[in-house]
Amino acid sequence: MTLFGYRVPMMASLLVWCVVWEIVGRLDLVFMLPPFSEVLAAAVDLVQTPSWQSATVTTLRAFAMGMVLSIVIGVPLGILMGRVKIADDLLGMWVNIFSSAPLSAIVPVLMILFGFGEKTIVAAVFLFAIWIIVLDTRAGVRHISPSLIEMARSYGASRPALYTKILVWAALPEILAGIRLGLIRGVKGVVIGQLLVAIVGYGALFETFSRNFRMAEFWALTIILFAFALLVAELIERAEAKVEYYAGARQ
Amino acid sequence: MGATALRNGPSPVPAPIDSIVEVRGISKTYGNVEALRGIDLDFPRGKLTSLLGPSGCGKTTLLKIIAGLTRADGGTVAINGKRVSAPGPERAFVFQDFALMPWATVTRNVAFGLELRGTNKAEREETAHRYIAEVGLAGFEDKYPHELSGGMRQRVGLARALSVDADVLLLDEPFSAVDEQNRRKFQEDLIRLRTNQNKTFIFVTHSIEEAVYISDRIVLLSPRPGRVSQIIEPEIDRSGDPERIHRDRHYLDTVEEIWQGLKQYVE
Repeated sequence: MTLFGYRVPMMASLLVWCVVWEIVGRLDLVFMLPPFSEVLAAAVDLVQTPSWQSATVTTLRAFAMGMVLSIVIGVPLGILMGRVKIADDLLGMWVNIFSSAPLSAIVPVLMILFGFGEKTIVAAVFLFAIWIIVLDTRAGVRHISPSLIEMARSYGASRPALYTKILVWAALPEILAGIRLGLIRGVKGVVIGQLLVAIVGYGALFETFSRNFRMAEFWALTIILFAFALLVAELIERAEAKVEYYAGARQ
Repeated sequence: MGATALRNGPSPVPAPIDSIVEVRGISKTYGNVEALRGIDLDFPRGKLTSLLGPSGCGKTTLLKIIAGLTRADGGTVAINGKRVSAPGPERAFVFQDFALMPWATVTRNVAFGLELRGTNKAEREETAHRYIAEVGLAGFEDKYPHELSGGMRQRVGLARALSVDADVLLLDEPFSAVDEQNRRKFQEDLIRLRTNQNKTFIFVTHSIEEAVYISDRIVLLSPRPGRVSQIIEPEIDRSGDPERIHRDRHYLDTVEEIWQGLKQYVE
């Protein structure tokens, strides 16, 4: 973006919105919106409280467990669907439905199944993240050039070798893209899960802040969450860029 | 017949003295398209035989059946007198689109056949380096495929096929995705390589000039259904300067003769 002939750095637009937020906050128009500086100050205070720290540990742990589960199950499932037509016919419909369904509606059901604890949160993360991982992995496996598979066969690759030495690597760019999108959806899952259960981690904090109209802390927590989601996505994107190095040259 | 020993009409062709690959009664149908019908062929050991024909004549299908990559509907393929129906270590394939692993270096790509056989790393890399040099890619061992030109990538594909030390090399239109200048150079190198390596080459091409230039034996296939229509053995002296062949009278006559035969299949 250029303005009056000067190159404006990427972060500038963010800065503009922070200033707008600050002004609107200071005008005291809506109690929902305290000035941005106040939110920042609240964030600094917040991260020092034990309640935030323990909530973060709980949230991160549930998030990590849900993500690991959805990757460990999602990637092989996607590869299976990409390679075996019967599996694709059987599961394709469900994966597509779940990947676009309003999953928040199902979280209360998870609560009945798994109780008011961490299990429900993990299940929510899993439920939000896995489908896009399956779909992207499947697409990646489908796009592998048939001659690469013929090459492996003609040089005597066993079935396991074909999967571990060719298929997974050839589909890696799509698998990573799926994991990145899955991570972002997983953040959604962890928040929605915790909000509904309401007594665990960030859900409990959000509940406390909004019920007591502690808006500065509420926004601070929201910003921390957004920043976390973006950071994780950014990290995966870095890995993708590395993989692009060869994927860009795929025939 | 003058310049060429020419055998007309369909098979059976009298078997050469020592044939390494024997194809008997191979047929293949895709849906309701008959790709190959009753192919009988013998491939002499240590020679370069080309499968030549217009598109749709089933030449690549036949090559893939010999490779064990495609299953025939009927008939048998024997290598060294042993029937085969799956890929095996006595055959190595060179692909039209190179089929290199983009995430692996030139060395790992060339050594891949040996890696699959469980050869230890030091040994297979040493072999790979030897063949990388053999195909003229010394210095590119640690490059990735996308850093190479099309011609160089196919040299990697060729080095990979050589490094597994197979008796038969199967090449599926290996130069069709390579630009003209590189193709000429590559063809010359292939003639040289053939003399050094003492292997049997089966070469699929749709280029008449290419087939006549490099082959000891040309099998002409006719399309729909694919059948052997003619076998030609160009008697061209390839011992001297490869450049000279392009001006050789036998070479030019043979190209013309094949073209006259194939003309009828071109719309």
